[in-house]
Amino acid sequence: MDINDFRSIITVLGLLSFLGICAWAYSRHAKAGFDEAARLPLDDEDLPAGNGRRG
Amino acid sequence: MQSQATYNYKVVRQFSIMTVVWGIVGMLVGVIAAAQLVWPELNVHEFLHFGRLRPLHTNAVIFAFGGCALFATSYYVVQRTCHTRLFAPGLAAFTFWGWQVVIILAAITLPLGYTSGKEYAELEWPIDLLIAVVWVSYAIVFFGTIAKRKVSHIYVANWFFGAFILTVALLHIVNSAAIPVSMNSMKSYSAYAGVQDAMIQWWYGHNAVGFFLTAGFLGMMYYFVPKQAERPVYSYRLSVVHFWALIFTYMWAGPHHLHYTALPDWTQSVGMVFSLILLAPSWGGMINGVMTLSGAWHKLRTDPILKFLITSLSFYGMSTFEGPMMSVKTVNALSHYTDWTVGHVHSGALGWVAMVSIGSIYFLLPRLYGKAEMYSVKLVNAHFWVATIGVVLYIASMWIAGVMQGLMWRATNPDGTLTYSFVESVKASYPFWTIRFIGGVLFLTGMVLMFYNMVKTIAGEKAYNAPVLAPAAAH
Repeated sequence: MDINDFRSIITVLGLLSFLGICAWAYSRHAKAGFDEAARLPLDDEDLPAGNGRRG
Repeated sequence: MQSQATYNYKVVRQFSIMTVVWGIVGMLVGVIAAAQLVWPELNVHEFLHFGRLRPLHTNAVIFAFGGCALFATSYYVVQRTCHTRLFAPGLAAFTFWGWQVVIILAAITLPLGYTSGKEYAELEWPIDLLIAVVWVSYAIVFFGTIAKRKVSHIYVANWFFGAFILTVALLHIVNSAAIPVSMNSMKSYSAYAGVQDAMIQWWYGHNAVGFFLTAGFLGMMYYFVPKQAERPVYSYRLSVVHFWALIFTYMWAGPHHLHYTALPDWTQSVGMVFSLILLAPSWGGMINGVMTLSGAWHKLRTDPILKFLITSLSFYGMSTFEGPMMSVKTVNALSHYTDWTVGHVHSGALGWVAMVSIGSIYFLLPRLYGKAEMYSVKLVNAHFWVATIGVVLYIASMWIAGVMQGLMWRATNPDGTLTYSFVESVKASYPFWTIRFIGGVLFLTGMVLMFYNMVKTIAGEKAYNAPVLAPAAAH
């Protein structure tokens, strides 16, 4: 196999895995996990006690 | 439920404070260099000559100011979103002191004239070795913390920080490969020759923009914008897709720095096409950040930290539209080697990178000392307006100067001779260089306000280390 065949295969595999990631990200399957992950920074009280949140 | 352990805020505090200090130093050197273009008699000594101060300026603002901001925010975000202390605290302390030594060595060697001549990678080989050691330590601390996280998800901000750390290690080590003249000499020569050397340099150079100056700061955006707006990210799906799109595309955009050079034509075209594609993931990130505010737009009126963060995203959107446009060969034929490029870089560097860092550090500083707010929110607001006016003056003057220079350089008379000599374009640029100088002074003034505000916020306060909290929900 020519090295350029190898390069072409890698490029096609790269594109396919990106399309796969897109399909997975927009599947219903991933939604619950994403919603939970998106709350990670917010469900975390980072102000010291007695120094309540802004206005 | 609260455990006894506390987060490692010490290293975050150190890097946060040094962000402001190096910001002032780096921008001051930039202002001096800008003044030297307007008043050439300011080139008083070879150590302080424009040619030596300019790389000192770029290294100081990118790696000292931007670097410290990235270390501070990534160490903070990775601990809080993983609900665990930093891995290997001793190594984390080493990254702080090691990085400061790198910065000081840069500030000594660059004015002395030690340079490898590679843009944004000017430092000579002994310093490059130290950078590599510090950076690998950084990776161990960061990924070690991810490995011992108490939640199953790795929050998207950490993906961006992680990509930035890994890629910069790869870029730095490959591009800095060099052979020293002797072990007793600071001088070295690149391991690559000719056009390969140029291509590797700009593969490095553009990915320094893409990963050091973009991915890391997008990590900041994905934590501090939702936090300050008190809303989750607009679309988590979009964050995943635009992360991978950025990763897959950025690596290929470097050749647009070498249009119309000895680089093969097809390579230039590949670089141009991938630069154009980059518009999509860049705007995906920008829209995701800005739309996080939907339903909470009123907060922009009163919250100067949000103003910094959202304005930074506007500049990110502007410069990532401008960049692909400038990578088109025909546009590049006009813009390259002119001040338009300088304007473009500063729209990204001051408008996006500096503003998102400043907003994030204003968020962090009070929390690192157990307070809810900065000493003066009014001063934060003043900083925002001074900085914004400064950026606008800077980039508008550089656009005008750049397009004018490009047009003057390509103008020909009917007989084919050049209409203008080079020095005529220099003369015509003076008014715009003066405006640029004023813009830079304004931006620097904002940083001095920040320093004052920081000192007043910290003064008399004890360093605070927040307790490690158990994750909110059962994961």
